[in-house]
Amino acid sequence: MAERSFKKEVEQLRIGDGQVFRGEGILAITKALLENGVGYVGGYQGAPISHLMDVLADAEDILSELGVRFEASASEATAAASLAASVHYPIRGAVTFKSTVGTNVASDALANLASGGVTGGALVIIGEDYGEGSSIMQERVHAFAMKSQIWLLDPRPNLPSITAAVRHGFELSEASNTPVMMEVRIRCCHVHGSFEAKDNQRPPLTVAEALSNPKRDTGRIVLPPASYVHEKEKYSKRLPAALDYIRKNKLNEFFGPREAAVGIVVQGGMYNGLIRALQRVGLADIYGNSQLPIYVLNVTYPLVEDELLGFCEGKQSILMVEEGQPDFLEQNLRAILHKDNSTLPVSGKDVFPMAGEYTGQVMLEGVQKWLAKAAPHMLPDANRAPNQPAADTDMPDLSKTVPPRPPGFCTGCPERPIFAAMKLVEEELGPHQISGDIGCHLFSIMPPFEIGGTTMGYGLGPASNSAFHGGGEKRPISILGDGGFWHNGLNSSITNAVFNKSDGVTIIVDNYYSAATGGQDVLSSRADNKSKSTKHPIAAAVEGVGVNWVRQIDRTYDVGDMRDTLREALTTEEEGPKVIIASSECMLNRQRRERPQKAAMVKEGRRVERPKFGVDEDVCTGDHACMRLSGCPSLTLKKLDDPLRDDPVAYIDQSCVGCGNCGEVADAAVLCPSFYQADLVHNPGWFEARMAGLRRAVIGWLQRRRAAGRLQFQPAEGSGA
Amino acid sequence: MSHQLDDIVKLAVLAVGGQGGGVLNSWIVDLAESNGWAVQATSVAGVAQRTGATIYYIEMLPNAPDPQAPQPVFALAPAEQDVDILLAAEWMEAGRAMMRRFVTADRTVLIASSHRALAVLEKTAPADAIADDRAVLEAAEKMSARLVAFDMEEIAQQAGSVISASLFGALAGSGALPFPASSYEETIRKSGRGVEASLAAFQAARERAEKGGVDLPQPVKTAASAPRFADGPKRLLTRWQALEARITDMPAAVQKLAHAGLVKLVDYQDLDYGAAYLDQLAGLHDLDKAAGGADREWLFTQQAAKYLANALCYDDIIRVADLKSRAPRWQRIEEEMSARPENLLQVTEYVHPGAAEFISLMPAGLGRAIEKRPALVRFIDRRVNKGRRVRSDQIGGFLMFWMLGGLRGWRRKLLRHAVETAHIEGWLEAARSALAKDYDLAVAILRARRLIKGYSDTHTRGLGKFDKVMSGAGLLAGRKDAAEWTERLIRTALADPKGEELDGALQTVRSFATDGQA
Repeated sequence: MAERSFKKEVEQLRIGDGQVFRGEGILAITKALLENGVGYVGGYQGAPISHLMDVLADAEDILSELGVRFEASASEATAAASLAASVHYPIRGAVTFKSTVGTNVASDALANLASGGVTGGALVIIGEDYGEGSSIMQERVHAFAMKSQIWLLDPRPNLPSITAAVRHGFELSEASNTPVMMEVRIRCCHVHGSFEAKDNQRPPLTVAEALSNPKRDTGRIVLPPASYVHEKEKYSKRLPAALDYIRKNKLNEFFGPREAAVGIVVQGGMYNGLIRALQRVGLADIYGNSQLPIYVLNVTYPLVEDELLGFCEGKQSILMVEEGQPDFLEQNLRAILHKDNSTLPVSGKDVFPMAGEYTGQVMLEGVQKWLAKAAPHMLPDANRAPNQPAADTDMPDLSKTVPPRPPGFCTGCPERPIFAAMKLVEEELGPHQISGDIGCHLFSIMPPFEIGGTTMGYGLGPASNSAFHGGGEKRPISILGDGGFWHNGLNSSITNAVFNKSDGVTIIVDNYYSAATGGQDVLSSRADNKSKSTKHPIAAAVEGVGVNWVRQIDRTYDVGDMRDTLREALTTEEEGPKVIIASSECMLNRQRRERPQKAAMVKEGRRVERPKFGVDEDVCTGDHACMRLSGCPSLTLKKLDDPLRDDPVAYIDQSCVGCGNCGEVADAAVLCPSFYQADLVHNPGWFEARMAGLRRAVIGWLQRRRAAGRLQFQPAEGSGA
Repeated sequence: MSHQLDDIVKLAVLAVGGQGGGVLNSWIVDLAESNGWAVQATSVAGVAQRTGATIYYIEMLPNAPDPQAPQPVFALAPAEQDVDILLAAEWMEAGRAMMRRFVTADRTVLIASSHRALAVLEKTAPADAIADDRAVLEAAEKMSARLVAFDMEEIAQQAGSVISASLFGALAGSGALPFPASSYEETIRKSGRGVEASLAAFQAARERAEKGGVDLPQPVKTAASAPRFADGPKRLLTRWQALEARITDMPAAVQKLAHAGLVKLVDYQDLDYGAAYLDQLAGLHDLDKAAGGADREWLFTQQAAKYLANALCYDDIIRVADLKSRAPRWQRIEEEMSARPENLLQVTEYVHPGAAEFISLMPAGLGRAIEKRPALVRFIDRRVNKGRRVRSDQIGGFLMFWMLGGLRGWRRKLLRHAVETAHIEGWLEAARSALAKDYDLAVAILRARRLIKGYSDTHTRGLGKFDKVMSGAGLLAGRKDAAEWTERLIRTALADPKGEELDGALQTVRSFATDGQA
């Protein structure tokens, strides 16, 4: 059901020793898991590791052949907790979710996992979502690694490095009895490259086999007094073991000359960006051969103090290339140098910005600034000038021309009419306190809807309105997606509202699966899924926990119904939480599925209706009220070649999928009669065609009759009527 | 073999989410790999991509080193002033690429589709807020080493494909990469899906790109040009020609607008209505003469010709029904749907008349009498005011529109006509009385008419804005900056759907025009 299918690509997971694997980073990670005898995998979708979940789901056959258990976890907490299988059993397990929202949710389990420690290698693959295109870009996973004392890998972003990191991750975890996180950034997840593959390994002990021979060890359970012991063990046993492993296996890498006046310490993930900057100032060649010593931290926690001090020895300046804030690594480095009584100057956030992505330009400028201070003789002449060359100052200013283009609802999105209806209700009842959740529905914050005040977390939309739950003239409105509902919303939001006798209104947006993250199935999915249990209605769950006022809307495009239901929820005398479940399938995925099916049906000669909406350009007055309740990409404008008209008129382009939102809105908001729906019937039946012919004949006669009595105007002389 | 940094070819694709940028990305990767190049491609997938601006980035190196030899280190994201080939899948995205400094005059080949996919903010303004495509063109010509620009969306649609295929074709035709066209085609064939359509779009775009030159950006689809030429029964044509001849009495600067106005009126109502328009316009023109309009290129008459025609063709139910029941409309829908003879077309109209519109269809006296009885109006509203879906391809539905359109002959006796006529007269009187003292203010008053548009609530809101602007113009009359401020009020009203900013502007006008008295 996922938005993107990896059925073809996952076949590569079967290749063996010596063969070359080509593909995306996430697929390579999956291959590496299999090569390293993983026993179970799980996770929760979310950029940038959504596709990793999709790959695992599409690879289920291959996984089960190897005896590997795959879980599409209910949440990141579930995923992290599932690593408990590696506590007593020597089974390698890997889970994946996005940072830092996922890490936040998983924290409870991660803390306990890290406390008791693990026997089998436990790997958390974290999609670090920082920078451009990121939906949740604040915070760093580094903090979580430090607080729970989980080792953090940050491999260089190329396929050989990240696949090696998977292997080292398991081994490091086992060597130090500590779970390990591997951080991959968004572009690394989607980077296309190649590496030399190995044979897949069946886990030495499968989860099924383990279940037959249960084990327990009180000493590993997080309960006093054992947990006091864990806390000491972390420092006295596990950390030294980890440092030994990192040193011995050279997880961190040295590049460039050993001896030099200055050197650079860099997070593995930042390596390519740094090399590009050095290439541009002429200090590295295209293979990354650098004229400056570079110490690459493929492990960013813990730092190996003696390695670091060795690298710093004899140098007059060190640059720390560390993206994001706070500057944990720089602080750590300074502390290490301070303890060593070193006065070596450290650069980092003085030449780089504290917050934000280290883009190509940022990296170039940072390196130049540092070199200008620390080693000006190494900079080429052109770079030594204090200011940037003014090559592009004559760039015309387009900032007022180019409109912003934030993400929004897709063409035909079933969520659009929900927010159109909400706008209409607000026109009647005034503005309301509205809280959003996580998911596509958050696009309602953008124009044209501009709805919603806060977003506190996944499944927490109604919870974040809980202070407003009772009393007052108006009711608070919260929005929750189906993904968020099953993730955390049922418990944290709905049961909380029931228990606290909330008076608020919750709209649950149900698009048949987790649409925002790419169409993964959830409990309420309508599709059959051979390895998952679906078709559990949200309404049943909501009623089951005690909500009495529940309305199920099965066609969100009915804006009038949507509006009336919402109005009723906001005004009814009924006490307790009011829940509206607005269900219609995600149009993006629906079209992907139906378009080829319909095309095939047309070819086969079966009757198919293809709807599309249109606007009568001479009826439209160019007010654009419909646009302000839509924002649909296919509802756009066209200019008229008419000297009497000033404003462009509405126009529906070929991408229209005929969802009906614009017509429904024009009707519900009483906007204008310009909209019409045209259904093109392919392969009509004989009788139907005959009747249509008759109707056309009658209508044509009436049209000709009227036309005969008046003047007809045409754009060009003599062009047809 | 050893390589220099300059050997790396850096290619970025700026697209709008949903344009198939991912497919293009993988085609380019396959193309380069099959030619023995080393390639690295990255993208940012996820929610941020949905219909928003998105970016794909590829770095390539000719003669890939042996797998055992050191591999090139590629960057994962484009850097400012460091891109060789930039593909923009939409015209404003080309602008965005330049704003982000991915286009540099000494090296970047800019390949951009000149079509527009309007951003939400361009569409939601009540007037015309479409971005200036020429500004992007000027910048593109200046900032790129070479510019390849034409409508790749159109080419893709013609071929039944998507823009990724025509962008790939434009890349091939631009010659920016040293691969033969056959290699590109092979890449498309290998990818498997929709091959024929993709190849057709690819080829058309490649040929167009090879021809060189830049097609001017097509801002947005332009509708067919306005009707100008009359056809019909002879007796009507003779009278029409007589009316057309009267246009030539007008100054040249006015003729085009007056002619368009005349066409609109006769099409809307009849020849008499057109004749009355010309009479009225002639009267206004005389006043313009007296006010020295000859020195102003008859601006007052020009604006009168335009806005009087629009005002007289008010949008009532009769008009809508008439337009929806005409034969050419059916043909237009068939074209838009690309209907073939073997297809059937069903057309459902979305209409929602209100009580006010219904009452306005009554004879003036009766309508006024009903309007005075709120209970009766509410009763009618309950009966009339609901959304209707009418199948205008079926006899019953069509007849309804046809008969309503047939009320045209009665129009001048109906309530709406009386209301509109009185409103127009008030407006013209305001313009006339301003004309002698302040020519520009009179012109601005005529232009305020632009604010009245739409149906139902939208129409009422438009009227409200019009009244506010007119009240402002009234306060301003006699001041030197009256016209300037009135025009400003109009602009404010046009940019602001809710009318809050207009209220603010009006408040300002009040504060200085009345010295704080009002």
